[in-house]
Amino acid sequence: MNNSLKQHLIKSLQKNIRYDGRKIDEFRDIKIETGVSHGAEGSARVKIGETEVLAGVKMAIEKPYPDTPEKGNLMVNAELLALSSPEFEPGPPGAKAIEIARVVDRGIRESKAIDFEKLCIEKGEKVWSVMIDVCTINDAGNLLDAAALAAITAIKNTKFPAVKDDVVDYKNKTAKGLPLSRWPITVTVYKIGDCFIVDPLSEEEDAYDARLIAAIADDNNVCAMQKGGVEPLSIEEIGKMLDIIQKIAPKLRKKL
Amino acid sequence: MTIKRIDKRKADEMRPMKAEVGVIPSADGSAVFQAGNTRAIVSVFGPHDLHPKFLQNPERGILRCHYNMMPFSGHGDRVRPGGSRRSKEISMLIEKSLISVLDLENFPNAVVDVFVELTETDAGTRCAGICAASMALADAGLKMKDLVSAMSMGYLDGEILVDINSDEDCDRGATDVPIAFIPSEDKLSLLQLDGDVSKEILLKLLEIGKQKCLEIDQVQRKALKNKFKERLK
Repeated sequence: MNNSLKQHLIKSLQKNIRYDGRKIDEFRDIKIETGVSHGAEGSARVKIGETEVLAGVKMAIEKPYPDTPEKGNLMVNAELLALSSPEFEPGPPGAKAIEIARVVDRGIRESKAIDFEKLCIEKGEKVWSVMIDVCTINDAGNLLDAAALAAITAIKNTKFPAVKDDVVDYKNKTAKGLPLSRWPITVTVYKIGDCFIVDPLSEEEDAYDARLIAAIADDNNVCAMQKGGVEPLSIEEIGKMLDIIQKIAPKLRKKL
Repeated sequence: MTIKRIDKRKADEMRPMKAEVGVIPSADGSAVFQAGNTRAIVSVFGPHDLHPKFLQNPERGILRCHYNMMPFSGHGDRVRPGGSRRSKEISMLIEKSLISVLDLENFPNAVVDVFVELTETDAGTRCAGICAASMALADAGLKMKDLVSAMSMGYLDGEILVDINSDEDCDRGATDVPIAFIPSEDKLSLLQLDGDVSKEILLKLLEIGKQKCLEIDQVQRKALKNKFKERLK
């Protein structure tokens, strides 16, 4: 975004006015659907305004990692599909996709959303792997929060597949869901000039100086965090940004 | 002679179809086409500049299709992202089945990109992809001779089946004949076969397939008209 346009944007934000008429701390409408892909053990579609992502969970029986022989495996992958934006190209995931995947992964892992010990079948030999893939359908800004919300909703929607003689029978699902305890909610606050906004449109995303992503657990504790953008942040600013995140997370939690 | 289909369909009955255009606002054209539990979503970008330059054709624009199954969309193991020999071949077949209805004479050196994503699959994915892609190309406002409709015909236990699902195709080993049909030309632009069938039956099966594709054509046209009806409201 060119500088004069950005200055204009900042002036508007200072008056609490945004491109689409929202307040600076207001999300667009959120729509969530579950069970949208029948082949997956769990799936969800999340729309935030015009932004749309799909998340699906596949389960498999695999060997555990050597350092966690009694725990199930988690894998999170994000695909910024070329279908969803003229900016994205086909090919292996770039830094942006990898960051989304890793931030979502840490939110789930660190908040202990899934009780991984209960995913152990035989110590050191067989555990359940939970593989979450997030695919973007339309990018109209804030893919990150949408991806996190889709991932957690898909986990919640997941049912174990049936197992016959240690082989997974993907055609039949059981009624048993994943062992879940806490729910991380990921919210990102963007700093543009001296203003803080949430749920940016693509145009606002182009203009941000710094951002703070945080995954918040049920008790409002912070489970994962990542600072992004080119500008550094003061501790005072980080405090303010976390205030906004902690105010918004419970609202998003209600949508689950 | 009546064959039992897992979804209780008659031999000549298609799966329930759903079609919609303009589903991806960031794209120049987009559409979704669903037959039973096979769902393809497609976006079209272009015509725009083609890079690297040596791929450009100074005579006309080119069409480039990318077919991909989402990692969780299969009915077995997770599909590893990044493409496979299968997805490359299908991408090419989708391209060939659509190119003849497109007029890209006026777009030298340019490319039209078509991204076909499968969100869930139950056989017939390339056909659903072609149906959605032809609607998305029309939605993008490209000059076209006609829409293309596609479906997988099958032959199992002496009976001709339309729009086969994965139970029939993969589990029961039906002969699988995916076709794409251009109504105004009365010609097929996609034809493959895996199985075992006599010439007589094959030709009969293709005739039935043609008729069924006309039903799909109606669904596609209705979806395109609906978008503009909504807009004029």
